[in-house]
Amino acid sequence: MKTSILKFIVKRILLGVMTLFIVSLLIFAVTQALPSDPAEAILGREATPEALAALRAEYGLDKPLVSQYTHWLGGVITGDLGTSYATMTPVSEYISPRVSASFFLLLIAALGSIPLSIVIGANAALRRDGKFDTSSSLISLILAAMPEFVVGTILTVIFSTTIWQVLPAVTYLEVGAPPWSDIKGLALPVLTLLIAVTPYVSRVMRAAMVEVLESDYVEMARLKGMNERTVLWRHAMPNAVGPAFQVIALNLAYLAGGVIIVERLYNFPGIGSALADAVRSRDLPVIQYLALIIAGVYVITNLLADIGTVLVTPRLRTRLS
Amino acid sequence: MNTTLVEANFVDERPPGLFRQALKLRRTQVGVVLSTLLITVALIGPFIAPFGSTEYVDMPNTLDVPGTLLGTDYFGQDVLSRFLFGGRTILILAVIATSIGITLGTTLGLTAAYLRGRYDEIIMRALDVVLSFPQVLLSLVVISMFGPSNVLIICTVGLSTTPRIARIIRGSAIGVVERDFISAAEAIGETRKRVVFSEVLPNVTSALLVEMNLRLTYSVGLIASLAFLGFTPEPNAANWGLMIQENRVALTEQPWGVILPTMALALMTIGTGLIGDGLSRVSAGIDRGGKGE
Amino acid sequence: MACRECLQVLIGVEKVNSGLRIINLRLNVAATGNDIVDEVNLTIEKGRVLGLVGESGSGKTTVGLAVLSHARRGVEIAHGEIYCAGTEVLGLDADAKRRIRGELVSYVPQDPASSLNPALRIGVQLMEVLEVHDFGGSSEARKARIKEMMAEVLLPTDDQYLERYPHQLSGGQQQRVGLAMAFACRPSVIVLDEPTTGLDVSTQEHVLKTIRQLTRDHGVAALYITHDLAVVADLADDVAVMYAGRVVEQGEVAEIFGNPAHPYTRHLVAAAPDIAGKKQIVGLSGRAPSPGKRPTGCSFAPRCELAADECREAFPPNVRISDAHSAACIKIGKRGETATQTSPSIQSVSQGDVIIEVRNVSAGYSGTTVVHDVSLTLRKGECLALVGESGSGKTTVSRAIGGLHREWTGSILLNGVPLRSAARQRSVEDRLGIQYVFQNPYGSLNPRRTVGDSIARPLLIAGISKSASRSQVLDVLDKVNLPNSYANKFPDQLSGGERQRVAIARALVSNPQVLVCDEVTSALDVLVQAAIVDLLGNLRKDLGLSMLFVTHNLPLVRSIADHVAVMSEGRIVEVGPSESVIGDPQQQYTRNLITATPSIERSLL
Repeated sequence: MKTSILKFIVKRILLGVMTLFIVSLLIFAVTQALPSDPAEAILGREATPEALAALRAEYGLDKPLVSQYTHWLGGVITGDLGTSYATMTPVSEYISPRVSASFFLLLIAALGSIPLSIVIGANAALRRDGKFDTSSSLISLILAAMPEFVVGTILTVIFSTTIWQVLPAVTYLEVGAPPWSDIKGLALPVLTLLIAVTPYVSRVMRAAMVEVLESDYVEMARLKGMNERTVLWRHAMPNAVGPAFQVIALNLAYLAGGVIIVERLYNFPGIGSALADAVRSRDLPVIQYLALIIAGVYVITNLLADIGTVLVTPRLRTRLS
Repeated sequence: MNTTLVEANFVDERPPGLFRQALKLRRTQVGVVLSTLLITVALIGPFIAPFGSTEYVDMPNTLDVPGTLLGTDYFGQDVLSRFLFGGRTILILAVIATSIGITLGTTLGLTAAYLRGRYDEIIMRALDVVLSFPQVLLSLVVISMFGPSNVLIICTVGLSTTPRIARIIRGSAIGVVERDFISAAEAIGETRKRVVFSEVLPNVTSALLVEMNLRLTYSVGLIASLAFLGFTPEPNAANWGLMIQENRVALTEQPWGVILPTMALALMTIGTGLIGDGLSRVSAGIDRGGKGE
Repeated sequence: MACRECLQVLIGVEKVNSGLRIINLRLNVAATGNDIVDEVNLTIEKGRVLGLVGESGSGKTTVGLAVLSHARRGVEIAHGEIYCAGTEVLGLDADAKRRIRGELVSYVPQDPASSLNPALRIGVQLMEVLEVHDFGGSSEARKARIKEMMAEVLLPTDDQYLERYPHQLSGGQQQRVGLAMAFACRPSVIVLDEPTTGLDVSTQEHVLKTIRQLTRDHGVAALYITHDLAVVADLADDVAVMYAGRVVEQGEVAEIFGNPAHPYTRHLVAAAPDIAGKKQIVGLSGRAPSPGKRPTGCSFAPRCELAADECREAFPPNVRISDAHSAACIKIGKRGETATQTSPSIQSVSQGDVIIEVRNVSAGYSGTTVVHDVSLTLRKGECLALVGESGSGKTTVSRAIGGLHREWTGSILLNGVPLRSAARQRSVEDRLGIQYVFQNPYGSLNPRRTVGDSIARPLLIAGISKSASRSQVLDVLDKVNLPNSYANKFPDQLSGGERQRVAIARALVSNPQVLVCDEVTSALDVLVQAAIVDLLGNLRKDLGLSMLFVTHNLPLVRSIADHVAVMSEGRIVEVGPSESVIGDPQQQYTRNLITATPSIERSLL
C-alpha cells in the first residue's frame, strides 16, 4: 500500500510537470509567437524598420520560433532569465526580492485564512440556520462579491484617511528589505487578501460540514452515545477536510492573482507590482517569467491538495493499491 | 448497491420557477433592488450627465464648483458626470464576456460529462491549463502584447471564465448523466446532441443560473480591476475602476471621486451576489429533488 | 379515547419492566405541528422480537429512533412515554440521553455502508462505544469484549481485521460490525431498522440468524423495523402493522398472518409474494396520506372497500380480538372482496416462436468479464424471469439485449436476425421492437419533461407527427390505467407506482414485441408492486407481449413468469418452468437460494 501511494505521488508530480510545460508553451505562444510583434510592442508603432530589426537581433526575436522557445525554456530551467528590457538588469536579480516579498504576503494571508475559515465554517454548520450562521453567511457573501480593490479602497477610507488614520495607506518597503520591517504597512494588504479568500473557503467548509453532519455515520455516532465534541472532531472533521483541501488550493492560487491588484493598491513591492509595471513597459522577459511563477503556484498547490486528499481518505488510498 | 425503498413523498403541485422561489427570500429582494438601481445608473447615466465624460470644467480637485454638484476631479472634470458615464462600459463588457464564458463553458462541461472517458480527460486537462492562470494574470499577459481593446478584454475575461463554468456544469451534469432517463433516451435512439442539450441541459439549469450570476459578479469585478490597473482602451476613459485609481491620491481633498465609484461597484457586485445566493439557496432544494433521487 | 383503552390493557402487563414499553407516542413535523406518528402503543418483553411493518412513509423509523430519544431534523417528539428496562427515556436531559444510547438501548441502522464512518478503522469504532460508556473498566477488558462480540457475529477476531476500514468489508460484514457495535455494551433494548434491506438473501439469512441468536441469548427486547412481511414471519414473535403513522393492528405472528383482522393488513398479506405459496398476489390502488393530509377518521378509509360513514368520523378505537391480538378497526370480522379475489393465473406455458435468442454471450466492463457464455431463449407471449443475486450479471445481460451495454461478444437475435450492440446502431424496427423498463422510476423519467412529452419522444423520433402521437399517448396511458390528464403532469407530481406506469407506457407506445423489465418493482412498496405485476400480466395477455423480467426477488417469479433462468456469478445455473424450478430445484445453488428466502407460509407451519 505504501509503494502504491508513492507511485501515485510520482505520477501526480509528473502530471504537474506536464501541465507546467504546457503552461510555458501557452505563455510563450501568447507573448512571442502570436502575430503580435514584441519588438513593435516595445518600441511602439512609430519605430523605424531599422530600429525594429536591431531590437529583434539584440533579443534573438529574429530566430525561428522553436529555437526562441527552447532558448527561453533552457533559460528558465538554468535560472538564466535574460535581461529585463525596461530596467536593463538581469531578470532574476530584478525579480528575486519581489518574489520573496510576495510569498511572505501570501503566506501570512494563507496561514490566517485557512484556520479562520475552518472555524467559521464549522461553527456555522454546527448551529445551522442559527444567528451565527445567518450573519456569517451574509457578511461573507457581501465580502466575497466585491472586487479586491474595492475592498481595499474601502479599508483605506476607513483606516487610513477619512475616518481613522491608524494605518498607512501604502507600504513603505524598500525592494529587497525583509517584508516584516514594515509591519504596519503589511496590515492592510494582508487584511484585504484575507477578506478576499476567507469568505469563500468558509462557505465551502460550511457546506462540507453540513453534508457530513447530516450523514448516517454522524447520526450513528450520536446514537452510540458519543459526546458532541467527539462527534465533531473524530467523526465529522476528517470527512470534511478532504473536499475542503481542493477548495483551499484553488483559493491559494486565486490569492496569487489577487496579489497583483492588492500590491498595486498599496504600492507593495512584490511580483504583482512588478507585473503591472512590466505590462505597462512591455518588458517581455519579466512578464513571461512572472506569468510562469504565478501559474506555477496554482499547479503546485493543486498537486499538494490532490495528494493531501488521497492521504486523508482511506477509500482513495485503497483504490490506489 | 442497496435497493432501499424509495420514500413515498412527492409533491402534488409543481414548485414555481427557481427565480420566483428565490424572490421570496429577503436577500434576493435586496439584491434585485440594488442591481436594478446600479444597472439603471450605469445605462441611463450617460444621458443625464450634466457635463461630457472628459470635459474640462474647473480647477482640479475642487469641491465647491458652481454648476457642479460634487466638484471636480484630478483633471478638472465634473465628478458626477464622470461617475454617471463610468458604469456603462464595465456592465456591457461584463455581460458579453460572461455570455461567451457561459456558452463555451456549458458546452464543454456537458460534453465532458456525457462522453466521459478519454474525451472528458482531454477536455478537463486542457481547461486545467487555462485554469492555472488567475483571471487577472491571463488578461494582463494578453493585454501586454496587444494593448487594451474592448474586444480583447471581452475575449480574455470570457475565456478565463470558461474553465470555471465548465467545471461546475460538468460536476452537476455527471449526476444527471448517470440517471436512467439518459439511458432511456439512448435506447430510443436520440442523437448525442439531443441527449446533451434536451435531456441533460434542462436538468442543470439551476446550477447554470447560479453560476451565471456568480460569473457576472466576478466579471464586473475583473473588468473594473483591469481599469483600476490602468488598462482601458482610452487612457482617460470614464470608468469606475479607473476613476478610483485616478482620484486615490487626492482622497482627502476630493473624496467623492473615490467614494462614488467605490460604492457603485460595491453595491452592484453585492446586489448580483445576493441574487446569486438566493438562487443557490432555493436551487439546493430543487437539485436534490424528491427524497428518492 | 382509544389510547386510554390501550393504556389500561398495557398497564395490566407488568412483566415488561425489563423490556420496552411505548405509551401514547406522538411525533410531529416541527414546522407545522402535523403528526408523523400518533397514538403508538407497543410492548416488547425481554428476549422477544417485535416486527414493526409498514410501507415507506408510515413512520416506522421515526418510532424506532424515538426509542433512543432521538428525532431527526425537522421532527419533534410531541408527547408520550418510552420505558427501556424501566427507565423513561424521553424525559431525560441531554447528558443522560447520551449515556443511555448504546448502553441501555442501541440501534442497528438500515444501511451499514453509510452508517460506518469511512475515515475510521472498525476497531476504533467498536472501541469508542465501549470507552464512552466505560464498559469493562479497563482497556484489556474492552479489547476482550470486542473479540467476544466479533466472534458472536461470526467475524474474524484478529487485530488485523479490526484495522480495516469499512469500505474494505462486504455489505454483510459491515452489517455484522453494526450488530457487534449494537450488542457491545449488553443493552436491554435494541432497535433494528431494516438491517437486511439491500443484502442478498443468503447474506440476509445469516444476519437474521445472528440477530435471533443474540436477542434470545442476551434477553434483549428487539424492535425490528421492516417492510418485508416474510422476514417478520421468519424472525419475530409479535407484529405491529403501521399505516399512515398509526399502529392499525398488533399481535402474535401466527395471529396476524393466519387471521389478519384489519383490512389494510389483509391487503398487505394478500400482496406479499411467497416462495412457498402458489397464491396470486393482489395489489391495491391509491396511496397512504402524508402528514398534514390525513383524514379525521380512519386513515385507511379512502382505500378501504369496507369503509362506512362511521369510519370517516373518528379514528377507530383498538378492538381486542384475542389476548394477543388487537386492531384499530370497527369492521373487524367483515370480509371484503379484494382480499380473497384472485386474478386469472398465468400458467399458460406457451410454445410460441422464438423471439429473442441469446447465444453464447459474454459481457464485461472495461476488460473484466462478468457474464460468461450465457444462452437464453424467449418465446412469443412468454415471460422469462432472469433471477440472481447482486453481481450475478443479470442486469448486464438485460442491458445488452436492450442495447444499453455495448461490451459483449456472442450473438443476440431478434426474430432470428442478429442485433447490433448499441441501440443507436440498431435499425428503427429493432429499436422499437425491444423496449426497456428501468428499475428506479424516480430516475428513469426526465424531471423537466411532462409525462406526455416523455411518452411521445419515441414516436417523434420515428417520424410520427405531433398530433398523431398525441392520440397514441392517451391510448397507452389508458392501457396502464392512468387518466388522460396525467399527460400534462411532471414526474415529481406522481407517486412511485404512477411513475412506473408512465415508464411502462413509454415502452408500450412503440408497440414493442419484447419488454425488458429490469427490477421494475424493487423500488416500490409491496401493494404497488402487486399492482404493477398485475398490470404487466394483463398487458402480456392483451397485447401478446413477450417479457424478460429481471429480478432478485425469487418469490415474485411465481406470480409473473412461466419460465425462469437462475444466474450466479455470470453464468446460467438452472433454467426451466417456474413451478418446477422453484418447487423442485435441481441445482444446489438454486436450492440454497430458495431455502434462504424467508417465507410466511413456511414460518407458520
